[in-house]
Amino acid sequence: MGSEKQATVALVGNPNTGKTTLFNALSGLRQRVGNYPGVTVETKKGQMSCGGQKFDLIDLPGTYSLSPRSPDEMVAVDVLLGRQAGEHRPDVVLSIVDASNLERNLYLTTQALELGVPVVIALNMMDVAEAQGIRIHVERLSRQIGVPVVAIQANKRKGLDALREAVVAASERRALPGVVEPCPAVGDVAPPHAGPPFPEAFEREIRALHPLLGEEVPPFLIRRFVLDVGGWTERKWVAQYGEKIRRQVQEVRERLAACDCAVPAVEARTRYRWIREVTSGCVERPAVRPVTWTDRIDRVLTHKVWGTLLFLALMFLVFQSIFTWSRPVMKAIGDGKGALSDWLRGWLASGPLTDLLLGGVLEGVGAVVVFLPQIVILFAFIAVLEDCGYMARAAFLMDKLMSRCGLSGKSFIPLLSSVACAVPGIMATRVIENRRDRLATILVAPLMSCSARLPIYILLIGAFLSGPGYPWWLPGAVMFALYALGLLLAPPIALLLKRTLLRGETPVFVMEMPLYKVPSLRLVVRRMIDSGWAFLRRAGTLILASMVVVWALLYFPREGPASASPPSESGPIEAIRLPYDVRLDQLRSERDDLKERGDETGSEAKELEMNALNAEWKRQSYLGRVGKAIEPIVRPLGWDWKIGMAALASFPAREVVIGTLGIIYSEGEQDSETIREAKNVSDLRLAVAMRKAGWDDDPNRRVFTIPTVLSLLVFFALCCQCASTLAVIKRETRSWRWPAFTFVYMTALAYVGALLTYQIGLWVCG
Amino acid sequence: MTTLDTLRPGQRGRITNLVGNDGLAQRLMELGMFVGEEVEVVALAPLGDPLEVRLGDSRLSLRRTEASRIQVTLS
Repeated sequence: MGSEKQATVALVGNPNTGKTTLFNALSGLRQRVGNYPGVTVETKKGQMSCGGQKFDLIDLPGTYSLSPRSPDEMVAVDVLLGRQAGEHRPDVVLSIVDASNLERNLYLTTQALELGVPVVIALNMMDVAEAQGIRIHVERLSRQIGVPVVAIQANKRKGLDALREAVVAASERRALPGVVEPCPAVGDVAPPHAGPPFPEAFEREIRALHPLLGEEVPPFLIRRFVLDVGGWTERKWVAQYGEKIRRQVQEVRERLAACDCAVPAVEARTRYRWIREVTSGCVERPAVRPVTWTDRIDRVLTHKVWGTLLFLALMFLVFQSIFTWSRPVMKAIGDGKGALSDWLRGWLASGPLTDLLLGGVLEGVGAVVVFLPQIVILFAFIAVLEDCGYMARAAFLMDKLMSRCGLSGKSFIPLLSSVACAVPGIMATRVIENRRDRLATILVAPLMSCSARLPIYILLIGAFLSGPGYPWWLPGAVMFALYALGLLLAPPIALLLKRTLLRGETPVFVMEMPLYKVPSLRLVVRRMIDSGWAFLRRAGTLILASMVVVWALLYFPREGPASASPPSESGPIEAIRLPYDVRLDQLRSERDDLKERGDETGSEAKELEMNALNAEWKRQSYLGRVGKAIEPIVRPLGWDWKIGMAALASFPAREVVIGTLGIIYSEGEQDSETIREAKNVSDLRLAVAMRKAGWDDDPNRRVFTIPTVLSLLVFFALCCQCASTLAVIKRETRSWRWPAFTFVYMTALAYVGALLTYQIGLWVCG
Repeated sequence: MTTLDTLRPGQRGRITNLVGNDGLAQRLMELGMFVGEEVEVVALAPLGDPLEVRLGDSRLSLRRTEASRIQVTLS
């Protein structure tokens, strides 16, 4: 082996075999994520050391077989064959196998044996197998299969030293004492393939195809080409070599069918027959299958009535925790941000740079960090549910319901989580293996009414649709209708997407229901940290950038027209064209002086002056000018340019619309937290100001009529004014196309919805 | 002879045929569902779909449409 290159070990295995636990145990804390262009799958990479030697360890996605049907599945095969750009061909394949389900797990191993790379088998969950009365003679199994087999318990970190040793020996292609010869060496010539021998008729066809496809094509892929009807290899090669090759492979398959080797059955038959041969005499099991804990638990958890009730209770807990438990932490983050901002303002010289730091960067960082509690809590739940085996049961219970909108049961938890917040919800779609199902779920998740919409609902409903003269049930009914709007629109849109943009081969919904087990705390904590870190690193910068851009659009230009009300102390000459922020700072210090002297009325007057100046500044800012320019577009919704501008300014996050409305209506900065906590929203100064607001061209005519309020509510229920959602979609789909699509379709939906609401409202109100 | 989706929870059948050669048939075979194997329907989901079946040491969730591709004789 060359000394300049570190040996690479690839970890393969079925889902739910403890593969991630083994990977974490072998590689420790230093891990990174490997991405490949054009696909959404990720591999984890780490380092494993043994006896002074270091190995690169790649954790491939869990799979039942190496028969690629999508580009995502092809990545694993390409990595194993050394055909993935930027990856070394593995020197050893470490195949982790669940001892309590040996036959099915060895299926993947028999495919790994054909890669021409030494294989080491890690036999995990021996304790579970023993609890079921299954006894495995490890040495005999190793002799029969012809590769080293090491019994381990990954969760208890047992047997790992022996496993490391076996991997080192395999990488050096030497035999361990007491263990059989490892695979024949991989030289320049193609290695003789190990594993189950296929019928001679089949092998003949593979040999005959080889020269047609080129000598450099690995025999492994030619087998896949013949065996996977409509698989990825077939699609790729037909695109590459033309229809001729499709006809050829069809003829091959017909000939094979004629001699009792029909694909794909021949593969399963050959492999399972071989597996039964090699395991015979190595595995002892009781004559009568004992009733396991999983049997007993499943009798309740997949029961029509009890299972459903428990599921609903559990989902309520999940939802409640993201919605409620995260609130104190989120509030603390907000308060901390405010305190830090005040403290810094006392230290830093005033000017645009300080304003950028406090108003743009600090606000932006706060807006990113505030998502962490929800993300971490949701991923703690997901990790527990997945690791204990319940996730598959949840998907099982919800599958029929979700299948009505073209999705599967696995979409339920991500969509439910989106009712609290779409950001963790979209990250949770990782549990969905099928790419198109996952995309459809991601694209409709932001339609769920999230908690960021609440302050807007509360403000508008409280200010305009409640109080004397309105029925007591109206606020609740409107709130309910707004939540229902997203819930009702998401299924047909998902179905539409699955029928149009995301149309394709019906995915296989067969899903394994793994054995129940006690979740590993280590794995859960790891998932929580990983999810939070991934969000900060990948989505955080984008959210921050959008916040800074919107801040700048509201900040510049700083110089207004000649001041109408010059600051009192300075003469009229200097007062002309003093930047707004400077004038605001002067007013602020004057106000603070008055306050110190105990002049309450004077400081309040200054405060009002500040608010008026701030409103004037933002109205003439670039964003304000854009708002004025787009007034014809928002007029049919019943909005004036101020509402349009506030809606534009809320691009980073929906609740920002309240802060912007507060500034434009000269009520100063508004905090969405005060709206949530206000006892009587309708008495808030902002609510009063909004009720008084008139049109620019006809100040006596009220802007906020009932149809306008409803149209604004519907717009914010359906729009995607949330940079964090878009950033996380970008991060999860690895493309700008999907966040752009989400933004456009949701904005269009929101516009049409608001338009219809306003026009119908006008008609109804006469 | 019947198809797997018609079995009630607790009933077992031996597979006599698996219709088709597409991705679904291949996945079922990879999981060990091929001619001669015995499967048991363990439970039905609340709306009667999907089915939970036991096959060897595995438990699988199958949609009715998927299960209807598996022909069995009751055992």
